[in-house]
Amino acid sequence: MDSLNALVVIANFVVVPGLAYGSQLALGALGVTMVYSVLRFSNFAHGELMSFGAMVTVLLTWWLQAQNIGLSVLPTALIALPIAMVVTVLLALATDKLVFSYYRQKRSESVTYLIVSVGVMFTIGGLIRFIIGPADRVFTDGQRFLLKARAFKKMTGLNEGLAIKTTQGVTIIVAVIVVALIFWFLNKTKTGKSMRAYSDNEDLALLSGINPERVVMITWIITGALAALAGTLYGLDKSYKPFTYLSLLLPIFASAIVGGVGNPVGAIIGGYVIAFSELFITFAYKKVATYMLPAAWAPEGLVQLLSTDYKIAVSFVILLVVLLIRPTGLFAGKTI
Amino acid sequence: MLPQSTHLSSEKKRIYVLFGIMAVLFVIVGQVQSWNLSLAILNLCLISAIMTLGANIQWGYAGIVNFGIMGFAALGGLAGVLVSMPPVQAGWQAGGMSLLGGAVIIVLTSVLSVFVWGRIKHITHWRYWIMTAVILAGYLVMRAIVDPAVEVIESIESAKAGHIGGLNLPILVSWVVGGIFAAGAAYVIGRISLGLRSDYLAIATLGISEIVIYVLKNEDWLARGVKNVNGLPRPVPYEIDLQAEQWVINLASRLDTDVPEMSSIIVKLSYAGLFTIVLLILFWLFETALRSPWGRMMRAIRDNEVAANAMGKHVTAKHLQVFVLGSAVVGLAGAMLTTLDGQFTPASYLPLRFTFLIWIMVIVGGSGNNFGSILGGFVIWFFWIESEPLGLWLMDVLTAPLSETSALRGHLLASAAHMRLMTMGLIMLLMLRFAPQGLIPETKR
Repeated sequence: MDSLNALVVIANFVVVPGLAYGSQLALGALGVTMVYSVLRFSNFAHGELMSFGAMVTVLLTWWLQAQNIGLSVLPTALIALPIAMVVTVLLALATDKLVFSYYRQKRSESVTYLIVSVGVMFTIGGLIRFIIGPADRVFTDGQRFLLKARAFKKMTGLNEGLAIKTTQGVTIIVAVIVVALIFWFLNKTKTGKSMRAYSDNEDLALLSGINPERVVMITWIITGALAALAGTLYGLDKSYKPFTYLSLLLPIFASAIVGGVGNPVGAIIGGYVIAFSELFITFAYKKVATYMLPAAWAPEGLVQLLSTDYKIAVSFVILLVVLLIRPTGLFAGKTI
Repeated sequence: MLPQSTHLSSEKKRIYVLFGIMAVLFVIVGQVQSWNLSLAILNLCLISAIMTLGANIQWGYAGIVNFGIMGFAALGGLAGVLVSMPPVQAGWQAGGMSLLGGAVIIVLTSVLSVFVWGRIKHITHWRYWIMTAVILAGYLVMRAIVDPAVEVIESIESAKAGHIGGLNLPILVSWVVGGIFAAGAAYVIGRISLGLRSDYLAIATLGISEIVIYVLKNEDWLARGVKNVNGLPRPVPYEIDLQAEQWVINLASRLDTDVPEMSSIIVKLSYAGLFTIVLLILFWLFETALRSPWGRMMRAIRDNEVAANAMGKHVTAKHLQVFVLGSAVVGLAGAMLTTLDGQFTPASYLPLRFTFLIWIMVIVGGSGNNFGSILGGFVIWFFWIESEPLGLWLMDVLTAPLSETSALRGHLLASAAHMRLMTMGLIMLLMLRFAPQGLIPETKR
């Protein structure tokens, strides 16, 4: 019984939140990786792109709520999400047309793109604050929990409860569906294959008659859609605050790099690696230890490796360690 | 020879004109808004200019992408606290030895891990695990020693102290110490990460600077964390003392202002004087360095690393040198900023403000040109502050046709305050596109 209770504690405080947060990071990292493998630069504007998508969802959700349109149990934001994805894709395409395409024609170095993307980051960030302001917005509605802690206790007769928020469930399911779609697209369709070819060897792809502009366009479409999705899911799960997305950028880069930049499988695994390390390292093991150890050994302190204040810092440390020891990431290679 | 000289004179003309415009802008703000505000902007412009000089020798001279400027500025600020605040004796007595013990353990662990790392080269499979075990063991020992001490220190008069305090030295000393702190950190960071590709280096430095801020925010024993340290001593007189001075009262009546206003202007002018001296010294040093063989070598490395390497230049060592130097200057500026504010607020260090804004200053001013860096620091900080009233005014004019009660007008006016991020982004993008060399391009030598 005790070991089951201990497992439930870990499931409740680490596994479920980790899966949800990991999915959000994975979707974000997938976008970063796509841009990197096709356009060959680290896009610092990706966080703001996510924020923009989430903002459009928030605005549409408000409008839908005012019209009394909803999904009863599920959050209304799910209706708004597809439209937000389209709008974000349009923004991504517009930034490419207005900003990045010029440097592509000039064949600029990747560091130029990097600095340009900082400019884009500022501009989109300013646009967002201009439209919706910097305040904190909660926009989730519908049923709050898929599984309530008390119901779980009653069901199983354990001391510890397991709660799953609706937003966590939605995040994980949506992430699985989208990731499956992306891999199907990249591996089975002709367009997807042409993208992979282009990212693998640009010149060879050009020689085989692949249209680079089309590949770039499709990359931005996927990136924009993924960004809106990741941003919205994160906002649903926590709350929407324009400011947080810049600090989310580093865990996302960390996920992409840990998995091996340019590798979609790596990006997804990297997302979960980062999320779970953040949670496991900052988790207080006191309750678990109390269940698992004999009563005499029960710990007094929190039994915590690092205080939860350092949660995001954990991902930076992992990022640094990976960059220093194995910059190619777990799955080497920059092909998609 | 002739084209060369006309080129130089046209650059000089450009410098005069642009700095002249800048001076006029300050006068306009002084006349239209207030001289106090104008001088407040000027002081921060001077600090920004120094930070930009530091960032410029990294990017403009050597092509190193440092996105960790914020961290070095914060370390400089920390120096302000550790140098100038009075020591909390009770804290030192209760936990000083343990803290020193913790520091010794950290150093020992680092030395041991480097030693072990070299010794276990042949055990390819278990190498990382052994290393992790060594570091983890060191960390746990350190925590066991330090944790009780930290708890005691943080509980001593936690409302106004709760940290170890400082050395009670004049705060001007902290400017040097801040530079040294930043240089030390930059040496460690540079040693481990300068070999990385430019975009990885950017991400790594950004990550490290975030970690620095996290530590400063959460380690209350060091500088009170998010509770802030207030009331740092000043290098210049206090307004309240000046207001009692006869010459200040006379000056105020002669210039037709009231005494509090006059005293505040005198304080700001004294800061401006101090900052200007530092700026001029650094500018002279950097210009000399740029003209010297060292500067030529730096540019050669920036423009073609392989060729410079073939000529016998140790590229990585030179990169490290310039990284440490530039970061030290940023640390110095960080200490100056804390001095000006009179307080240390870790939560105020945001990458947008302290890293990316400085980058915009470098790009807009003209990377590789010291005049450009100073101008960039001035122009961008000026508009960072003034874009709010300007944006408000612009919105007011633009939305004038709408009725007073229109919701759209209300929203637009309320949002005008957030215009500055977008303005900065657009300025940066336009510069990169149409004048990538900046307002004052690098001199061809």
